[in-house]
Amino acid sequence: MKDVKSPASKNMTPGKGGLNAEIQSRIGHQLRAMYDDVVRQGVPERFAELIRKLDVPEETSQVGNNGGPTEDGRE
Amino acid sequence: MPLTESLRDDILASVPSLRAFAISLSGNGDRADDLVQETLLRALANIDSFQPGSNLPAWLFTILRNLFRSDYRKRRREVEDAEGNYAKTLKTQPAQNAHLEFEEFRVALDKLPQDQREALILVGASGFSYEDAAAICGCAVGTIKSRVNRARSKLAALLYVEGAEDFGPDETVRAVIGGNG
Repeated sequence: MKDVKSPASKNMTPGKGGLNAEIQSRIGHQLRAMYDDVVRQGVPERFAELIRKLDVPEETSQVGNNGGPTEDGRE
Repeated sequence: MPLTESLRDDILASVPSLRAFAISLSGNGDRADDLVQETLLRALANIDSFQPGSNLPAWLFTILRNLFRSDYRKRRREVEDAEGNYAKTLKTQPAQNAHLEFEEFRVALDKLPQDQREALILVGASGFSYEDAAAICGCAVGTIKSRVNRARSKLAALLYVEGAEDFGPDETVRAVIGGNG
């Protein structure tokens, strides 16, 4: 188990624990294609709304955070 | 830190990749969106514990990952054949891009042990460093590396059986390939 090669080397040599480079790049490509397919859908309205709504502190009794100017302690 | 406008925008900007992560983990769009919603609620409720300047996406991914894990355990107890239903779920999803190869890939991904799957997604798709992925999963960097490697080998074996001897999968992988015959 210790002989696993560092994937950072993206080794071209098919050896023990190493992957055929072409197969490895196909896997990487498919993985990103699947992932990016979802990323490209952007932010569904449901979540945009959720975050907008929760920005208004209506659940807590703390009032005064409602879009008012922030304190000076900015970086 | 308190929820500022810019922090809120950053959270919003993380939503697309949170969804992608959730879908990759769960393989189910509806469940993934519920996970994202719960993640956002939890993040917003605990926003005070977020360290300004630290990695916001990593923080959010950690929350989502932990929610998924506890949710997964719960569901496994509730619905015994959840895994059997997974294949059906895939087929009922609107399939713009889901040509056969794409589906095959998702099915293969789902066959990986959870540890390996999440490591592979975090590093190979979300673009996190091994260090960030290790922090998200609460394990050592070396563990993440070996999980990613094993995930890649296993996927290669599942998807490209014909090339299997090129990289020499171990006996367990062979057993998985030939397991149904």
